[in-house]
Amino acid sequence: MSLPMPQRPLTLFEKIWYRHVVHQRDDGECLLYVDYHLVQDGSAPGFEMLRQKGLPVRMPKRTFGTPDHYIPTIGRDLSTMADPEKRAMAQALENDCREAGIPFFGLQDARQGIIHVVAPEQGITQPGRLMVCGDSHTSTHGALGALAFGIGASEVAHVLATQTIWQRQPRTMKIEVPGSLPAGVSAKDIILAIIGRIGAGGAVGHVIEYAGQAIRDLSMEARMTLCNMSIEAGARAGMVAPDETTYEWLQGRPQAPSGAAYESCVAQWRQLPSDPGARYDREVVIPAHEIEPMVTWGNSPEQVGGISGRIPDPARESDPQRREGLERTLAYMGLKAGQALAGLPVQRVFIGSCTNGRIEDLRSAAAVARHGHVAAGVEAWVVPGSGLVKQQAEAEGLHELFLSAGFQWRDPGCSMCLGTNGDIMQPGQRSASTSNRNFVGRQGPGSRTHLVSPAMAAAAALQGCLVDVRTVKGGQ
Amino acid sequence: MKAFQTVRSVAVPLPRANVDTDQILPMPFLQKPRSDNFGHYLFHAIRRDSQGKMREDFVFNHPRYTQARVVVAGPNFGCGSSREHAVWALADAGFEVVIAPSFGDIFYGNCLKNGMLPIRLTGAHVEFLLQHLADNPEALIQVDLGLQTVTTANASFDFDIDPFAKHCLLNGLDQIDYTLTLLTDIEAYEHRTSS
Repeated sequence: MSLPMPQRPLTLFEKIWYRHVVHQRDDGECLLYVDYHLVQDGSAPGFEMLRQKGLPVRMPKRTFGTPDHYIPTIGRDLSTMADPEKRAMAQALENDCREAGIPFFGLQDARQGIIHVVAPEQGITQPGRLMVCGDSHTSTHGALGALAFGIGASEVAHVLATQTIWQRQPRTMKIEVPGSLPAGVSAKDIILAIIGRIGAGGAVGHVIEYAGQAIRDLSMEARMTLCNMSIEAGARAGMVAPDETTYEWLQGRPQAPSGAAYESCVAQWRQLPSDPGARYDREVVIPAHEIEPMVTWGNSPEQVGGISGRIPDPARESDPQRREGLERTLAYMGLKAGQALAGLPVQRVFIGSCTNGRIEDLRSAAAVARHGHVAAGVEAWVVPGSGLVKQQAEAEGLHELFLSAGFQWRDPGCSMCLGTNGDIMQPGQRSASTSNRNFVGRQGPGSRTHLVSPAMAAAAALQGCLVDVRTVKGGQ
Repeated sequence: MKAFQTVRSVAVPLPRANVDTDQILPMPFLQKPRSDNFGHYLFHAIRRDSQGKMREDFVFNHPRYTQARVVVAGPNFGCGSSREHAVWALADAGFEVVIAPSFGDIFYGNCLKNGMLPIRLTGAHVEFLLQHLADNPEALIQVDLGLQTVTTANASFDFDIDPFAKHCLLNGLDQIDYTLTLLTDIEAYEHRTSS
């Protein structure tokens, strides 16, 4: 059927939603068509469910796979993975893809990488598309004006079997960031500031559209960082309306349309941005000039502050449950009330992940790293988001710069963001990490994670402690 | 999927906000096959001390809750990672209902696919339940999906749920089978959009 477009000003989200409705039940539940289904080596349970039902993958050509969670980031040989279960997870994806005829970039393919880096890079992610993946950071793809969200294993099986997904229409939230970002402040700081403002559950049940001058000014890579962490505010998805930045970035990518088809697609994409007067269920405004380099201090991304800030005092929390929660967090993180964030010693630095593993992220980290050397007692890693990001960085000489500054230069994968492949830190170690979650045990049992931008992470590596990137060379 | 029936059980209070799925089912168990009993992995890192012994001070370990089928939690329960394993861990440990003011969206959807009923109540009603459980730890909570009510000895709260989700839970409906009955609609959509 595809629902008729309501005759009123529509949001970007609504335009994509209505175009993808295959069937609407009388109770309002919608069956949506999935233009592209991304699979990675965490998708094995979904394939297994499909096998148990004896069903084939309905649309292998609308599916794409590359391993990222369970693969080594030193070398490209799965047999180096000591844990047979981890090896089996990565191997299962290759087997499942080959069997079903799903396009697949394996470890020997220079284009392999983190699924949320590779799909946009290849031009699979396009404005107006509806995309899903069995990974919560699928919200990343909204940066190109796609509607993209994470799903669970049962839904992965459902999409594999039917190329559709049942959804109830979420609410919409507009987050506007007017003005220009101060020097030393990046997309990572914007999204951390947003999560700090609205909370880790602030956007539950909503699709966020980011708007305003500071968002328009962001590069494509930076928009991906922004949309990537929408899930950390609880959002179903995060989106940025496509514009010239988007079209230019997509042009020439392997799976993007070319020639006359490109022109005609761009003409259609230009219809996608929200209409003037379109209504959102909620609107939030965060002026760009109020944002400073951010750092999380707790075990939820909402526990975040500017680098000039201090650890909050549980004694000042009147609600007993919240006080107890805060005390538990500070005990886990090894922090004291009133302690300054700047100056906290770190032992590990991780630059990478689907949040900050793109070329621009590596450039901004390198701009800081080139002015010094990793401090004694700090182990610092750079893990490019994809093989192509790695190639590009090496063509620019960034790897030599990182290596001579004392960083490890590794192979692409999710790595220390969640440590599924064994890349973890020791209990009690503290990290400055460009990843997306500071949960208890996220980077290994007992790990203490501080989420920061790539430049902040590089600065922490050089100084051996959290530091305001605006005060170091190359951090502006 | 098993059809959801009325539940009457003691309830584990977990008055914490933002309980993420990394806590519910920690990373080391993501690679385990579904045939494992994920109940053993539930809250694994929080539930045990560094020697692997069950911690007496973690509420899920209290003998009172051995047969518990209900959890009452703080806001944004199940936020974070999309891992369906978190629901498997709760389900394999015998839980059938989670009550909270709000849930992570993906976790909420994952519950429905596994016969688990996630119930959103207002913050005040969840507070009431948590206080009730603090005062009467042995109290039974009754959950009736047909009537959409949560009932204690001294109160009853209505809850909302999407009709389709309710229908699927009450009938133990397999969504893939159901969707495949709509294959002609899917094919018609594909035909129309490919031209």
